[in-house]
Amino acid sequence: MWKRKDLLGIKELSADEINQILDQAVPMKDIIKRDIKKVPTLRGKSVINLFYEPSTRTRTSFELAGKYLSADTVNIAVSTSSVVKGETLIDTGKTIDVMGADIVVIRHQASGAPHLLAKHIKAKVINAGDGAHEHPTQALLDLFTIKEAKGAFEGLTVTILGDILHSRVARSNIWGLSKLGAKVRVAGPSTLMPPGIKEWGVEVYHRVEEALEGADVVNVLRLQLERQQKGLFPTIREYARQWGLNARRVALAKPGALVLHPGPMNRGVEISPDVADGLQSLITEQVTNGVAVRMAILYLMSGGGVADVPR
Amino acid sequence: MFLVKGGMLIDPAAGIKAVRDILLQDGRVVEIGEHLEIPEGAEVYDATGKLVTPGLIDVHVHLREPGLEAKETIASGTRAAAMGGFTAVCCMPNTNPVTDSLALVEAVQSIVRRDGAVRVFPIGSITKGSAGQELAEIGDMAQAGVRAVSDDGKPVSRAEIMRLALEYAKMFGVTVISHCEEQSLAGDGVMHYGPMSAMLGLKGIPAAAEEVMVARDIILAEASGARLHIAHISAKGSLELVRAAKARGVKVSCEVTPHHLSLSDEAVSGYSTSTKVNPPLRSLEHITALRQGLADGTIDCIATDHAPHTLEEKAVEFAAAPFGLVGLETAVPLILDMVRNNELDIERAVAALSSNPARIFGLPGGTLRPGSPADLTVIDPDLELVLKPEDLKSQGKNSPFLGMALIGFPVLTMVEGKVVMRDRNLLVD
Ligand SMILES: [Zn+2]
Repeated sequence: MWKRKDLLGIKELSADEINQILDQAVPMKDIIKRDIKKVPTLRGKSVINLFYEPSTRTRTSFELAGKYLSADTVNIAVSTSSVVKGETLIDTGKTIDVMGADIVVIRHQASGAPHLLAKHIKAKVINAGDGAHEHPTQALLDLFTIKEAKGAFEGLTVTILGDILHSRVARSNIWGLSKLGAKVRVAGPSTLMPPGIKEWGVEVYHRVEEALEGADVVNVLRLQLERQQKGLFPTIREYARQWGLNARRVALAKPGALVLHPGPMNRGVEISPDVADGLQSLITEQVTNGVAVRMAILYLMSGGGVADVPR
Repeated sequence: MFLVKGGMLIDPAAGIKAVRDILLQDGRVVEIGEHLEIPEGAEVYDATGKLVTPGLIDVHVHLREPGLEAKETIASGTRAAAMGGFTAVCCMPNTNPVTDSLALVEAVQSIVRRDGAVRVFPIGSITKGSAGQELAEIGDMAQAGVRAVSDDGKPVSRAEIMRLALEYAKMFGVTVISHCEEQSLAGDGVMHYGPMSAMLGLKGIPAAAEEVMVARDIILAEASGARLHIAHISAKGSLELVRAAKARGVKVSCEVTPHHLSLSDEAVSGYSTSTKVNPPLRSLEHITALRQGLADGTIDCIATDHAPHTLEEKAVEFAAAPFGLVGLETAVPLILDMVRNNELDIERAVAALSSNPARIFGLPGGTLRPGSPADLTVIDPDLELVLKPEDLKSQGKNSPFLGMALIGFPVLTMVEGKVVMRDRNLLVD
């Protein structure tokens, strides 16, 4: 049984809890593959997607996950332009709460916003990405994808490549992979590395070739191109040359190593098109798995147990 | 006449740490002695088992009035001070308007006369509107009694303006208080830059942001021979710079807040906005250095940087919340905690809370030698209270210590012979 009210981050989850979600995602993926992708499991439940940052991908994934399980899903896109001073997060949350929401999925540019919301509302809260803090459902779908392909995590070496400093995907992946027994390497320029990251039990590399040597999985992070204007690295061109994942670099990893990317990609910057579309890439599979994992999470958080897995 | 009987008197300026009776009359200390006779008609306060100190002085307080009365007023802020054992506070000029002229200093002083529960000494701004461009009327403000100027909250970014301010303020015997923060390094950081900020995904303010400006201002103070006071020192490196400067004879002093001594950046982990302060709560190595600096005398003063905000302002996302916490009513128990843990002498603690601020800023009080003002604080070192928002007299409830049991609270606050707080009750209307 799932015991938590909210899913705010991977850091506070146990390996058991992570595995519970990953296991539950297996039958969910079967549903997606069916011709008629609908089970009545969450009929009468409402899921609100409260998005303060535009993200078509994650929002659609959550929306479909809810719909496949027959939940009523509503999307709220909040304009975050600082010119229009809107309602506070707490007020918005309370409004949604009294309308009878069961689960609120929140994406917010401020780290900790889901925690603030969760403290003030009765509905369950799922963090769909908060600032540079965590993106638990992305990490869970990455873990699911790795598990599907590799079977287990013990003995695996996973290299996370790119802008670690600003990446919530990196943080959630680091916690999740470490808890499940994989070895984690992070690689990127020192100006895009968080302070004290060595204390997180990861290996830090500044040369991409070394970071890839012998890796079983490479998870390439999306580069926010505007970081260049802040002086964090000299040019996009140099970034692509120094840190971009290309076929020559993939060849340094273990044969059959997996390539992941949370999307959307900057082709030709952090990842070359041939690698993105290559045989080792599981990037499109990640998208499918994203829906399955989110179905599993919605299901577990709504009180579903392993015993009554919908078949 | 008022007799404080049987308390443990801690008067570092007079070199006294002993059980003494203190007789006060007409706003002055009359006599100190063992077993003084009770004069006829004198009111007696039995301070047996309690600490008696010269009135505590907080040189860094935001009273918010005029202009920001939703956060705090001079009435509410000085009542919070009285509850906290403070008989005098220096209020920062970042009100609306900024206290940058004689007229505005006098305006604050007149509200204090009407509403103040304790002594209030306004600090003027360094530059007009604290905009960092042109010097404020420091000379005029000095004539109205201003002893220090500061652009607190808006660090003077141009070194040349700081140099001029130090040169100019020196003529009037005015101390320049510097909130040291190099803004290109601090950026839009919201907590200490380090493993915790990285983990929480919050932008960090590196210790270097403070240290760089402490170095700059010490160099400028040394060159001009002016008096510089570093506000709310928080970084290990800053402390080393001050220590070295003092050894060279630079006229520099500094203060530390109780929260920088007692809380680390780990306190931010739940994203509670009452832990969002500037400078930020630092990591353990900085805290250890600060405690050492206070114990060895490198740090002169303990000041709260009392910074009240409304509930609404703080009930937002961490990054969107304003900086600051309320400190007046929790300073004494937090500092006594260090004394109980043998990390700090009680004499050193009282010096940092009373005699040093009085000496550095030329304020009345700081000692209970006969003839001194009857500004006095009695502390019950064993009184344990669970901090509740409704008990705080400050309008600001933004304390990270809410719900915690703290030990050692003031039980008597006397200002110029008038008891303003007794047994945790305010005696001013
Ligand atoms: Zn300040």
